[in-house]
Amino acid sequence: MKNEQVGFGVVASGTGQVFMDPDPDKARDFFRKKSKKMSVKLTSMKKAVQDHVHDRDYIAIGGFGAVRTPFEAVHEIVRQKRRNLKFAGHTSTHDMQVLAAGGVIDTVDIAYVIGLEARGLSKCSRRLFEEQRVTFNEDTNYGLAIRFKAAAMGIPFIPIRNVMGTDTFIHGCGKIVTCPFTGKKLIAKPAIYPDVAVIHVHEADKYGNARFRGISVSDIDVANCTKHLIITAEHIVEHDSFRENPDATQIPYYLVDAVVESPWGAYPGNMPYEYFSDEEHLKEWLTAEKDPAAFEEFLDKNIYSCKDHLEYIEKNGGLRKLKYLRELEMLTDGEEQNG
Amino acid sequence: MAEYNTMELMIVSAARELENAATVGVGTGAPCAAAMLAQKTHAPDLVILFEAGGISPQLPEMPISVGDSRTFYRAVKAGGMCDIMESCARGLVDYTFLGGAQIDAYGNLNSTVIGDYNAPKVRLPGSGGANDFASFCWRTMVITPQDKRRFVEKVDFITTPGWLSGGNSRDESGLPLGTGPYRIITNMAIMGFEEKSKRMIVLSLNPGSTKEDVQENCGFELLWSEDLSETSPPTAEELDILRNQVDPKGYIINR
Repeated sequence: MKNEQVGFGVVASGTGQVFMDPDPDKARDFFRKKSKKMSVKLTSMKKAVQDHVHDRDYIAIGGFGAVRTPFEAVHEIVRQKRRNLKFAGHTSTHDMQVLAAGGVIDTVDIAYVIGLEARGLSKCSRRLFEEQRVTFNEDTNYGLAIRFKAAAMGIPFIPIRNVMGTDTFIHGCGKIVTCPFTGKKLIAKPAIYPDVAVIHVHEADKYGNARFRGISVSDIDVANCTKHLIITAEHIVEHDSFRENPDATQIPYYLVDAVVESPWGAYPGNMPYEYFSDEEHLKEWLTAEKDPAAFEEFLDKNIYSCKDHLEYIEKNGGLRKLKYLRELEMLTDGEEQNG
Repeated sequence: MAEYNTMELMIVSAARELENAATVGVGTGAPCAAAMLAQKTHAPDLVILFEAGGISPQLPEMPISVGDSRTFYRAVKAGGMCDIMESCARGLVDYTFLGGAQIDAYGNLNSTVIGDYNAPKVRLPGSGGANDFASFCWRTMVITPQDKRRFVEKVDFITTPGWLSGGNSRDESGLPLGTGPYRIITNMAIMGFEEKSKRMIVLSLNPGSTKEDVQENCGFELLWSEDLSETSPPTAEELDILRNQVDPKGYIINR
C-alpha cells in the first residue's frame, strides 16, 4: 500500500474541559523521581489516606462500582473530610454514592454516575449534578478506560472510534481528527494521569506487590498511570509467594506508595471468590438518602462514628453477615436447608 | 397455548434473535435473561460478554452488576474492560442489547439527562458502556416498554448513537461502517429500521396489540412493514426454561 500523506487535522472539538494535564514529559519527570526502593510500605488505612490523598487531587477508584472496590479506604477518605477532589466517574456506583454523601468531590469525568445499576439511583449523588455543585463532562466507560491506557503508554492521547455524532461527544473533551493513514475520522482522547488511585486486591506483600483474581476492569492501566497508588489487600502474604509465582503478579511494588491490610475491605460490595455484595445494606443506603435528616444519622452511624471498617461491619451484621455473604458468593446459601 | 406476560414475550423474542455461536455484549436484567435463554435453548455456543471483563460465563443465576462474580462464573476468561470493548471495536461482536430513558425514530438513545442539559429536570447516569457497545457492535437491539414519554421524535440528549439523523449520517459520522440499531423489542411490537431512511419500521405486532395501540404509544410516526406479521408467542419449552432455569426467583419476569 502506498503511504500517502494525509492530514491529521482536528475536525471538531468537544466542549468539555480537560481536567488533567496529558503532557507525557511532565509525567515522565514525575515517574523518574518516584522511589523504586523496595521498602516496607505496610501502613494503617488512616495514615495511607493522610499521606497520599490530598484536597484537590484527581482520584481513581479501582474495581467496578461495588465489585472489588476499596470501600474501607473510601470511608476513610470521607471520615478525613477530604474536599474538592476530582473523580474519575468510571463504572462508579456505590463508590460515587459514598464520596457524594461525604461532600468530597467537586469535579467529575462522567462515564457512569448516580446509578447503582439495577438497584436504583442515588438521590444524593444525583443532586450534585442537578444542582450543578460539581464541574463535569461526559465520557463513556471505555472512553475513560482508554484515557488511563494512554497515560499508561506514556502518550498524550489515544484515538478510538466511539461517540462520534452524539451529544456525549459534544459535551466530552475529545476531538475528532482525521487518521493520517486511512483518512477516517477518529476521536482523540486525552490521557489521564491521576494524582492518586486506590485498588483493592486479594493478596499483597509488605512492599506492594499485588495480585487479584477475577475481572481486572481497568485496574492494571490505572495502577500503571497513577502518580500515587494505595493498595488495600484482603490478605498480606509472604514476599516469597510473589517471587515464586511472578506470572501472577499484576501490580509490581514500585508502582505502590502504601499497602494496607484490609480484610473485608470491599464490603458492602462483592469481593470475587471471597464474599458477595450485601444487597440488603446497599438498599438501606438508597432508602436512607430519601430523607436528609435520616441520612445524616445513617452516615453518622455507618461512617463518621466508626473507628474503623470492622466497626462498620459489626453494626451491619458482623461475622454472621459475613458468613452469609460468603455462602452467597460460593452459591452454597440455603444448601443445608435443602440437603 | 401457554399463558405468559409481556416481559416473558420480550425476553423470548430477544433470545430468538441470537443465533448459535454469535457474540453478544449484554447488561443486567432482560438482556441478560434473553442471552441466558438463548444459551439454554437453540444457542449453546452463544458467547456472552460483560463490559467489566466477563467472557463467556456459564451464568449460574442473574447477575446484579455487570461486574459481579456471576458475570465470570465458569467463564473462559476473566478479562478487563479493554478486552471486551476492543473485541467489539475489532468487529468480533455481533450484537448488543441496550436500553434508555428515551429513544427516537432513528434508534438514538438517551440515558444522560431529561430536559435541558444545563438545567436538567432529571440527571441520569450517563453512557456507562452503552455508547461504546452501540458504536462498535454490528447490531444494537433494545428491549423496552413502549409509551409516548419514552418513544419521542427527538431525544433530549443523544447518549448512545442509533442511526443519528438517518440516511447515511451514521456512516458519515466516523463510527465503524455497517454498525447500527437492528431490532427494538417492546411490549407491543418488534421494530426494525427502514433501509434507506433508517426510520423505525414495525415488523411484527405482539399477540393482542393492534396497529392503533402501537402508534398511539409512540411519540413519532412509525413506518409499517409490507409483510407485517404477528410475533410468535413463547413455546411451552421456552417458558419452562425461562421460569425454572433462567429466572427462577422471578427478578425480571415478575417485575
